[in-house]
Amino acid sequence: MQVKWQERVWTGVFWLSAAFITLILASIIIYIVYRGIRVINLDFIFTAPSRAGKEGGISTAIIGTLYLTVVSLFIAVPIGTATAIYLEEYARKTSRFAYLINITNETLAGIPSIIFGLFGFVFFVVYLRMGWSIISGSMTLALMILPTITRTSQEAIKSVPYEYLENSLALGAGRWQTIRQVIIPSALPGIITGIILSIGRAVGETAAVILTAGSSLNMPMSISDPARSMSVHLYILATEGLSLERAFGTAFLVVVLILIINFAANTTLRRWSESGA
Amino acid sequence: MLLAPAKGVNNSVAGQQLLGWYNKWSDSALPYSNRSGIGQISCKKGLDTKMEGIMKRLLLLGASVSIIAIILITVFIFIKGTPLIAKVGLGDFLFNLDWSPTRGSFGIGTMLAGTCLLTFISLFWAVPLGVAAAVFMAEVAPQRIGNYLGRMVELLAGIPSVVYGFFGLIIIVPFIRIYFGGNGMSLLAGAIVLGIMVLPTIVNISRDAITTVPGDYKTGSLALGATHYQTIARVILPAAKSGIITAIVLGMGRAVGETMAVVMVTGNSTIIPDSILSPMRTMTSSIVLEMGYASGDHQAALFSTGVVLFVFIVVLNLGVNIAAKAGARHAG
Repeated sequence: MQVKWQERVWTGVFWLSAAFITLILASIIIYIVYRGIRVINLDFIFTAPSRAGKEGGISTAIIGTLYLTVVSLFIAVPIGTATAIYLEEYARKTSRFAYLINITNETLAGIPSIIFGLFGFVFFVVYLRMGWSIISGSMTLALMILPTITRTSQEAIKSVPYEYLENSLALGAGRWQTIRQVIIPSALPGIITGIILSIGRAVGETAAVILTAGSSLNMPMSISDPARSMSVHLYILATEGLSLERAFGTAFLVVVLILIINFAANTTLRRWSESGA
Repeated sequence: MLLAPAKGVNNSVAGQQLLGWYNKWSDSALPYSNRSGIGQISCKKGLDTKMEGIMKRLLLLGASVSIIAIILITVFIFIKGTPLIAKVGLGDFLFNLDWSPTRGSFGIGTMLAGTCLLTFISLFWAVPLGVAAAVFMAEVAPQRIGNYLGRMVELLAGIPSVVYGFFGLIIIVPFIRIYFGGNGMSLLAGAIVLGIMVLPTIVNISRDAITTVPGDYKTGSLALGATHYQTIARVILPAAKSGIITAIVLGMGRAVGETMAVVMVTGNSTIIPDSILSPMRTMTSSIVLEMGYASGDHQAALFSTGVVLFVFIVVLNLGVNIAAKAGARHAG
């Protein structure tokens, strides 16, 4: 009888813990959407901030975010997929080199963003004299998202059936030809999921961006201009008490963007696993 | 290796020529399957075979980037950070409680204490909750609810830290100020926000550890007459122990390295907090707060703080990785 009673308590504890986590997530999202949606209109999105962000919209921060994300993907996607292809298709799985790359990737993934920020500052901004700029910020971000892209691409390539490779080679295709025409197309949805997830990370990153891309409110004209991302804008608006209303608007845009990204990644992944590749 | 089709080709003069040409251009490092007889068809285009070699080298170059990156990160952070530690002395730098960089006193004792306290308190509530949720998802919940919760946790992991910080600043800080007193910006506020942020790491990795416990363990235990909960407590959790410890260690790494959310809700005073309602500062906060205007020795001191943080995190991660690899080898 006592066992029965204990089990009931534990069942309650388990369900409560799950409910509590759901509650935390829901309250954060609902609160920010509720307070933010009233601030959002076309004016907010398309006008530039004025008086340090107290007035106007956040157009320059949106452009800054876009710039930083796109440029960092341009750098990280080729390198990340190349790493994955090399590890899965060329390197021997047991080789010391493959082990080294895997362990560096995991270490890179565990390094906190503030360390990337410090590195980006001393290396790109100061040492390579790029200054606080989109290119410094993007290179730093690229290093941060590299492990995600590599790991998801690796998983995607691993899941391509071995027969595809064998059949293609047997038909006389070379190794690179096989990779380009057989392996990559089959692994593409998995690779894209990884890219979508890294977009989320790039959009939300603050500490590293503030140290490498600066926090200029001007419209960035080229990749050598400094810029402010939406996350940085949110941080400055909130901590300096400039405009709570605009902070909510910015938080709303960031959260909605993350929700869309998450949903897109899930859909791609689901469709991919349903198609049976 | 050169079987039926190749034999036919080899008998002709043209075939011999083809084969020689192919061998000349082919990369000897390629596996033999490429050199099976049919492989000769592609060698009509020498460019293709040349391409193979070029691509292999390009891919290798790409793969080396992460190794180069980690070397550069280590070298540059250490070059900037270690001279000041050497000048001040490691013991003094770590344990001196006076941080007045403008007057030449560089001690990160208060921040070291702050980071440790904050990490400990946030794990204190996040670990039991996270492990309970992981057990729920893997063992208790109907599959649909488990999957649904999994996506919730994924979403929780995707929300940027600055949004958590903002939420903490707007909701949790005023709540603490009103109901518990003090300024609201406090160790407690930080621990609440940080706990939420490490939950996904703890839940995901613990759940993986629980689901990979062999099914035989469970069925065996149930067959011996143990109830489901006895099985969870005495068989499944002990078997998943190393995975759950990994989850906690990685959660710890995340907590130690977290910056934006913490800087927004903890008040950032360089004191050792005397109560849970007292404001405090972590090492990460210090860097992001002062980097914008620091110069000279002050800037170097922030890099030194980075060195301490970096060493801590890398040791933690490498430890987990090596332990996991050793565990896998042991199990295999």
